[in-house]
Amino acid sequence: MPPVSEPTPPSGLKVGVLALQGDFEAHTKVLRALGGVPVEVRTPDQLDGLDGLVIPGGESTAIGKLIASAGLEAGLRAHHAAGRPILGTCAGMIVCDSEHLGFIDATARRNAFGRQLQSFEADLDVEGAGDEPLRAVFIRAPWVETWGPGVDVIASYDGHPVAIREGTVLACAFHPELTDDPRFHAIFMAMTTTSAAAGAEEGARR
Amino acid sequence: MGPMAERATFRIKTGLAEMLKGGVIMDVVTPEEAKIAEEAGAVAVMALERVPADIRRDGGVARMSDPAMIKGIQEAVSIPVMAKARIGHFAEAQVLEALAVDYIDESEVLTPADEVNHIDKLAFEVPFVCGATNLGEALRRIGEGAAMIRSKGEAGTGNVVEAVRHMREITSGIRRLSQLRPEELAAAAKELPAPLEVVQEVAAAGRLPVPLFCAGGIATPADAALMMQLGAEGNFVGSGIFKSEDPRRRARAIVEATTHYNDPERVAAASIGLGEAMSGLEIGPLEAADALLQHRGG
Repeated sequence: MPPVSEPTPPSGLKVGVLALQGDFEAHTKVLRALGGVPVEVRTPDQLDGLDGLVIPGGESTAIGKLIASAGLEAGLRAHHAAGRPILGTCAGMIVCDSEHLGFIDATARRNAFGRQLQSFEADLDVEGAGDEPLRAVFIRAPWVETWGPGVDVIASYDGHPVAIREGTVLACAFHPELTDDPRFHAIFMAMTTTSAAAGAEEGARR
Repeated sequence: MGPMAERATFRIKTGLAEMLKGGVIMDVVTPEEAKIAEEAGAVAVMALERVPADIRRDGGVARMSDPAMIKGIQEAVSIPVMAKARIGHFAEAQVLEALAVDYIDESEVLTPADEVNHIDKLAFEVPFVCGATNLGEALRRIGEGAAMIRSKGEAGTGNVVEAVRHMREITSGIRRLSQLRPEELAAAAKELPAPLEVVQEVAAAGRLPVPLFCAGGIATPADAALMMQLGAEGNFVGSGIFKSEDPRRRARAIVEATTHYNDPERVAAASIGLGEAMSGLEIGPLEAADALLQHRGG
């Protein structure tokens, strides 16, 4: 996997990044380095024609309120229902959980690792990200408290799931966008590539 | 804390500020106000004893808040809680770290405890935010370990003019540095003055190595949008919310304008029906009376 500083050829995949609040800009940089075309999303029309969508880190209470006030909930649900992939990191994982938008059959416990003084970084083995551990940055991070049978736990820390996947939804409690290692986003881009190819095939059959 | 974890790295300290980007941090003096702020969509609250407008009106020595009040606010909300320490008062900062606040603001709004030295912020695990009026001041604070910079503006005035001046000073200073050739950076560092290492980093990246927010004088949604368009990555609002006629609505409106700062129709809609803004103060008379807070700590 190339480091972020060596961009791969553009795949042309349009990936939305919910840009209401949080570190959305960091996500756009990683997506661009992986050949995606990032699109900042603040209004419902900006969700049109996306191949994938990232819900970034930030404050989940603020992002939840801003989704409602921007009238984005229906569009986000349509994106998910159409089988287009979604990546949620930290606050984004909380927004996707079954107590919020319900895109993944799991519940996240907010600030589970504690306040800022307990924020930390550590090496993490992530299924699908290769043999080398991934440096994971946890900021006032949640963990996955409960999860359904359809959910794959792809990384755990100290006995708690911190990265999960179900169908077209990938979520993690840490911040892969805050390091120079693009491997976690690469898992998401692979999901997006597969989904876009399947969509194109379906379109051709019609 | 689990296996092989590393805490309080530069990435962890700036990381929380990264998560606050695009958001509004609101001054609150009671747990009830903190709840109103959280319900309005604030990304964090700043716990303090008196908002700057009252500090300005009442005079006297302004100090770190009562720990009981800070604890009450921590219990009332789930968003990050910041608190202010006096410039140079590292024992107040130690107390705030012991209380596990999420960020410490070494703030000119409180009465300075040391007129020469700032706190050695690298000695703490809790991250610090510091105010700045220009690029040199911002880079000196970063050199001391600040993980977030905010404009100083002129707190408690409801007058955005000083925040505009400071934000333009900082961002134009960054643009000037990024035009310089490598051998010109030492002279630039001497002139600012600021640590050469930080100057080189800013010149290469074309931006501060830490998030840059606005503070000091925001009173309306349009003020918030203005500062975002001038390069702020988020807004602190002090007296502007709880000194206005309808704090709940004004808080929501300023959050809305900070997110949709590039959409004048949204900012216009957010600005309707908010009631009276806080009454503002002109800068000139304050300057004549030597009452400007922004000159504290340089």
